[in-house]
Amino acid sequence: MALLDVEDLSVTFARRGQRTVHAVDGVSFSVDAGEVVGLVGESGCGKSVTSLALMGLLPKQPGLRVGGKAVFDGTDLLQLDDRSRRDIRGRDIAMIFQDPLSSLNPVIPIGLQVTEVLTRHRGMKGAAAEKEAAALLDRVGIPDPKRRLKEYPHQLSGGMRQRALIAMAVACQPRLLIADEPTTALDVTIQAQILELLKDLVRDSGTALVMITHDLGVVAGMCDTVNVLYAGRVVETARRRPLFREPRHPYTVGLLGSVPRLDAGRGERLNPIPGSVRDVLPWPDGCAFAPRCARRVDECVGEPPALVLAHDGRSYRCVNPAPAPGTVPTPAATAPVVDDPLASAAAEATASPVPAPREEEKP
Amino acid sequence: MFRFIVRRLLQLIPTLFGLSLLLFIWLRRLPGGPETAILGERGTPEMRAAIRRNMGLDEPILVQYGRFVRRLIRLDLGTSTSTKRTVVTEFVERFPGTVELSIAAMLLAIGIGIPLGYLAARRRGRFLDHASVGGSLIGICIPVFFLAYVLKAIFAENLGWFPASGRQDPTLGATRITNFFVLDGLMTREWDAAADALWHLVLPAVALASIPLAIIVRITRASVLEVLNEDFVRTAEAKGLTESTVRRRHVLRNSMLPVVTSIGLLTGGLLSGAVLTETVFAFSGIGAFIYEAISQRDYPVLMGFILIIAVVYVLVNLLVDLSYSLIDPRVRVR
Repeated sequence: MALLDVEDLSVTFARRGQRTVHAVDGVSFSVDAGEVVGLVGESGCGKSVTSLALMGLLPKQPGLRVGGKAVFDGTDLLQLDDRSRRDIRGRDIAMIFQDPLSSLNPVIPIGLQVTEVLTRHRGMKGAAAEKEAAALLDRVGIPDPKRRLKEYPHQLSGGMRQRALIAMAVACQPRLLIADEPTTALDVTIQAQILELLKDLVRDSGTALVMITHDLGVVAGMCDTVNVLYAGRVVETARRRPLFREPRHPYTVGLLGSVPRLDAGRGERLNPIPGSVRDVLPWPDGCAFAPRCARRVDECVGEPPALVLAHDGRSYRCVNPAPAPGTVPTPAATAPVVDDPLASAAAEATASPVPAPREEEKP
Repeated sequence: MFRFIVRRLLQLIPTLFGLSLLLFIWLRRLPGGPETAILGERGTPEMRAAIRRNMGLDEPILVQYGRFVRRLIRLDLGTSTSTKRTVVTEFVERFPGTVELSIAAMLLAIGIGIPLGYLAARRRGRFLDHASVGGSLIGICIPVFFLAYVLKAIFAENLGWFPASGRQDPTLGATRITNFFVLDGLMTREWDAAADALWHLVLPAVALASIPLAIIVRITRASVLEVLNEDFVRTAEAKGLTESTVRRRHVLRNSMLPVVTSIGLLTGGLLSGAVLTETVFAFSGIGAFIYEAISQRDYPVLMGFILIIAVVYVLVNLLVDLSYSLIDPRVRVR
């Protein structure tokens, strides 16, 4: 059984006098112990809201409704009361956020921000907690941890801050770590170090990792399984390699196609997906991606596309998917598909830690 | 830190110099003068001129100012033209009353304002929130002296719960040491005297606290609402910390910065608000005395008192700046 099973998760914000917003609209995915799962999509596709809903961290407001199931190790996270949720947060499931500066309390020393987790979940106090905190900072690669414990966030560099946040997240050896765009606010060389650190931590401790990102380079380097989100729903799920080699959903195809390539000829234009994520069709009326889709057919509109389970455990939500290799491509499919998207995504991220997988072979 | 304090105190010198020059000119430009106050309607022009010459008021204004500054350097603020006692004596006797009143008012405003503002933010959009926001609007709008009269009429004259005037019941014969009546009572263990002085403080303090209270409620509320949406509060929640730890350690402390600033600024307003409140409650502090001094054209008293108030104001704001660095490491002074 999977460590985390998210089933038909939905988050809606209802406002009087305004249209109800379906931020997350039936997301399902699962995470096995020790697995790295990616949630990928453009801004506004519901990836952050998904993670906040799982953690119970959505800002409380009237009109907010969370539906579906999220079973973590036998308990449905969405049904927990506030108290048990606080017990799980930080201990069994931890989270790393996007902007390390604003995510740290500016007026409290780093040390206390680390030890407060240890005190809360592991009952450690005083010198023992400080010693453990120093060990944690050391583990995430912060030099001179004893001195850093007394410092404040503004005295640390961006990369150090994110390392400190990671130290807080792994303090109780959680079984699941959710990283919400952990490298977006950092510059490229630091990004690489942070991703490398996360990979090491996950490998050493067997922690499962949900990686929320819009960066396909990150996905290519880290994730075992990838879920592509569009308009609050998972449109394609696949292992990393098949996804990059033969994306089936036209949106995935478009995402891969819009990655700039180093080996592109001069003057060659990028291949963006036309339109914006706001041009969506509500899911009940058909495929939300249809208004922007290059492979749109009449069947796209009318009712939501069913989930198609393909042979190798992958699934996609499309009535006219990009053809699997070996079949004759239809003209519409050829345009946005690049010949080797995985290589291009990884090349794009060369500065990133993630060397392109070793068994990579050129077709 | 030490250099910061010294620098700030040195900045005080040009400030006081400028203020004293302005004050000097303004006061001398007021129509009438001490001679009219002393002689009243009966004085002949010759008598007035004699008094003016006697006081040195017939000399050019810059000469007068030069004499004032020379005396000021020796810490001599002169003698009141109306009470014939030295300005310093008057000040030492009266200032403690105003300080007591201001401290009482500020404690009320902070003690009620911060918790109320915090709760209003937590219960945003509910009854308590609307009540405190609406209430604070009323608090800001009502003139202090009017509120003072209303309080006095209801709670002192009609209900008789509190004394209507004065700082202490003179029949108690309390011992005076510092002229801080509450403090004196505690030091001499004359508990009844301390309690009585405290009792006399209630109504004037409530009247005086109304505006700072209203402002502190609003600033606290806005600041807490802002901090509640900060990313680091979400991080604290994500760590699974208990609600009380999140509130205390992460929300409250961060939301105190703007409140502390406003407390410093409000303290200045408190000293001027005291003028009206003290007059209504016949509370013998500097406020009532300054009011009197203006109508008497008592130049030495006005000059001396206003300059000392300016010094106090600067010192309070220096304290505020120092307390800043206790709260926020980013502005820690070097």
